[in-house]
Amino acid sequence: MRKGAKTMAKLKSWRELPCGAIIDDPKAVLENKTGAWRGVRPVWHEDKCIHCLTCWIYCPDAAIIVKDGKMTGINYDYCKGCGICAAVCPPKTHAIDMEKERK
Amino acid sequence: MILAKTGNEALAYAMKQINPDVVAAYPITPSTEIVQIFAGYVNDGLVDSEFVAVESEHSAMAACIGSAACGCRTMTATASQGLALMHEMLFIAGGLRLPIVMCVASRSLSSPLNIHGDHSDSIASRDSGWMQFFCETVQEGYDTLIQCIKTAERASLPAICAVDGFILSHCLERIETFEDKAVRDFIGKWKPNWNLLNIKQPILVGPATMQDYYFEFKRAQIEGMNKALSVILDVQAEFKRTFGRGYDVIDEYRCEDAEAVALLMGSACGTMREAVDVLRGEGKKVGMVKLRVFRPLPHSILKESLKRFKTVAVMDRADAVNSYGGPLYTEATSLLYDLPQRPRALSYVYGLGGKEFTPLDAAMVLEQALKGSKDELVTYVGVR
Repeated sequence: MRKGAKTMAKLKSWRELPCGAIIDDPKAVLENKTGAWRGVRPVWHEDKCIHCLTCWIYCPDAAIIVKDGKMTGINYDYCKGCGICAAVCPPKTHAIDMEKERK
Repeated sequence: MILAKTGNEALAYAMKQINPDVVAAYPITPSTEIVQIFAGYVNDGLVDSEFVAVESEHSAMAACIGSAACGCRTMTATASQGLALMHEMLFIAGGLRLPIVMCVASRSLSSPLNIHGDHSDSIASRDSGWMQFFCETVQEGYDTLIQCIKTAERASLPAICAVDGFILSHCLERIETFEDKAVRDFIGKWKPNWNLLNIKQPILVGPATMQDYYFEFKRAQIEGMNKALSVILDVQAEFKRTFGRGYDVIDEYRCEDAEAVALLMGSACGTMREAVDVLRGEGKKVGMVKLRVFRPLPHSILKESLKRFKTVAVMDRADAVNSYGGPLYTEATSLLYDLPQRPRALSYVYGLGGKEFTPLDAAMVLEQALKGSKDELVTYVGVR
């Protein structure tokens, strides 16, 4: 039996859906962990990071974890490996490298 | 107020009275004037609308979708290649159930390039989840556009109000307009189901859905179109009550004891009325059924109307290039299929690229329909 079958009972019928293709429960996206899509992963070097948070601004998901105004790591459950964080990291800082997911 | 207006002028004037929140559009013949005149209204401060000049029709519809998703009453206008360029965006507007209202000055599709009137553009968009209204006259275009706002918003579906390119878009007609206030009172205010900018109720618009939800969302959308006819009928009735004139989804002309009728849409219905009158004068039992609403297809009403005739000549101003018959022909014949006694149906394609369709052509169709048969499966009217 495929994995989804267990949860079928919880799925809504078309009559229960909101009008138009919208998700009215904003937390729903948390259930879809998209990290498995990743081909390359960002590797953060804490010692080099200047906490400018440019990566946090540019990340198209919400995969840069920030606490108390400081970068503290990457959320690999949702990071899809687009590489934008590494690209926008200031060149002299170079605190993020992209590495192949499978070597 | 009685005014002399071309189709484009009348639609732009109706848009001025509607005073939409946002108009995003790109010019294309023969609908250019609608946007051009409306941009003038914006410039002169006669409307409150935000006018977005975009770089293509694809962007125009994308901007309209964004605007409507933010709860703004949104309108646009296009034709032909412009509508074709919008194609993927049309489905998104339909799937999101956004009541965008679009004027289409119906025009052929390239190639070969042609700027004149036929229904190829809207017909090619028929499965995109938009309601489609085809107008016979400039007056009907003006009235229908006003109705479209209310119908679209109540049904949560986008709507196309189509007038035949040049034949209506550029021809001057005497039209009776309403006061601005009467129009605004009639359409009222739109209460959107949701609003992307409402930060108190955050939502995700246009999510990716997989095998577990895509079909359910589509089924809900399909139900919206299933229910749209009753909304159209309600709005038509309210329009008649308010303004003392109006339209039905189909219009039967001299059909009482008719044996043969022509079924068609758009401005050629006027030509057909002439031909019916002439043949009626000769004692021939002919009539016309005008189809005003193509999407949703008012199948029950149409079936009820057509079932009593001996022959129906189904006339398409677009060809499906399917080696069989025009889009209206295939739909009309399939809705007659399960009747115990079916009328015969004859297929005609006419007026592509604005080819003249004269009262004589119309009379030929009716005469053949009276005869009840013809040699070829599809007759291409007036083609050498």
